Amino acid sequence: MANSKHEIIERSVTLLIIATLITVSIGGLVEIVPLFFQNSTTKPIDRQGNPLDVKPYDALRLTGRDIYIREGCYNCHSQMVRPFRAETERYGHYSVAGEYIYDRPFQWGSKRTGPDLHRVGGRYSDNWHFAHLRNPRDVVPESNMPAFPWLDRPISQRDINSIQDKMKVLRTLGHPYTDEEIAQAPSMLQGKTEMEALVAYLQGLGRALSNFQ
Amino acid sequence: MADFVNGFWNAYVMVLVALSIAFCVFIIAFNMRASGKVGELQPHKWDETLQEWNNPLPRWWMYLYWLTIFFGIAYLIIYPGFGSFPGIAHWTSVGQWEQEMKKADEQYGPKFAKYRNMDVKAVAADPEAMAMGKRLFQTYCMQCHGADARGAKGFPNLTDNDWLGGDGSPEYIKATITNGRMGVMTPFKDVLNPEQIKDVANYVRSLSGLSHDAQRAERGAQVFAENCAVCHGPDAKGNPLIGAPNLTDDIWLWGSSEAQIISNVTNGIQNRMPAFGEFLGEDKVHILTAYVWGLSHKQ
Repeated sequence: MANSKHEIIERSVTLLIIATLITVSIGGLVEIVPLFFQNSTTKPIDRQGNPLDVKPYDALRLTGRDIYIREGCYNCHSQMVRPFRAETERYGHYSVAGEYIYDRPFQWGSKRTGPDLHRVGGRYSDNWHFAHLRNPRDVVPESNMPAFPWLDRPISQRDINSIQDKMKVLRTLGHPYTDEEIAQAPSMLQGKTEMEALVAYLQGLGRALSNFQ
Repeated sequence: MADFVNGFWNAYVMVLVALSIAFCVFIIAFNMRASGKVGELQPHKWDETLQEWNNPLPRWWMYLYWLTIFFGIAYLIIYPGFGSFPGIAHWTSVGQWEQEMKKADEQYGPKFAKYRNMDVKAVAADPEAMAMGKRLFQTYCMQCHGADARGAKGFPNLTDNDWLGGDGSPEYIKATITNGRMGVMTPFKDVLNPEQIKDVANYVRSLSGLSHDAQRAERGAQVFAENCAVCHGPDAKGNPLIGAPNLTDDIWLWGSSEAQIISNVTNGIQNRMPAFGEFLGEDKVHILTAYVWGLSHKQ
């Protein structure tokens, strides 16, 4: 089959790689790239276009968010309430894209071993979170969540030293931090524990929408 | 829902999708027949003896490809996906959710409506309402108050008819669920020295007949009168108006050990019940109020 047109591609690795890349990129070009040019995915608005009260994470919550990622919370907890009655009854208003514009990367997760956390902000008291993180069984005897007692330690100096750089990088990506907020960031973390940062992050989650407003 | 910043992106998606489908159609149509002479042995050899015939691809396999293409086209006609075109079914995930909620409302709405204007105490006497209340409680309240509503350290027991910030009336319970509650005690570490705190802890233990150091309790009574009586009352029976608990009974939200009392007096307490009004809505709060009231008023 020396005259097969296939053979031209099959015999040239370079051509095969180029053709493969073009084929694979089509999906991304159609499904991902246009998302950067939609109002509902790039602006803090709800489905009707009304503004949502979504703010970038302050220094403490940003640190808490990084602890959330470090401890792998996303392995068991999602952060996206899907528009199903079973979920909106249990967690609250379904999530909309505009709520995640300051999440880089977003923490939607994919495995729902534990409850969804997108509307957990304000749902429990700080004390509940502290008790629950130290040992979940103390407040929910049926829980199979692991305990995170080591979070009761001060935020590491390394994290305090890097917070300003983190915020500056996020500012270049469009998070509207003021110079003052960045200047005060390290002092905001001083004397706080990792658990306090994590709870501050959790308590701020999903406050923009509620069932009965 | 596609709300592109300008029309270009709509056209961009449509053109790329149409081109991709056309390309797939072309490739599959092109490969329906074998090129060259069918049944001819190909010259290439693998592993010394392995050769292949020039045969067309299996029909059934090729038809599966056609099927996926037709499925894709039909999908883009019915459902959203082709640029800003919403699809002839006008399906959206939120629309589906609204349908689901409407259906649930038709089913459960009359049940909630039946209890909406009933007195809480009457609702509490209704077994069906109590079954609803129990399920609501198990969904929204048990994380803090426990599946049996007996609470945990720092989270009040709801079955004992002892209320921190009020009289336990239906109105009080409803207000608590709707708006939440704050429980605050000032820390005394800057006011009292550790010895005085230990004294007052012994005095507090003596009030409810727990083992204590009599000498310390005697000194503690003086400390109590000067520092604690303002909120807990001179007789230590508490003040529901500011959520100060009665210290003379055997109900201890945080525990009755000397160490625990010392810790509470030293560091104070910042406790909070979150507000559930906005999340649950009036109907569910009403049923939950009746359930919680019923827990300590068993008929």
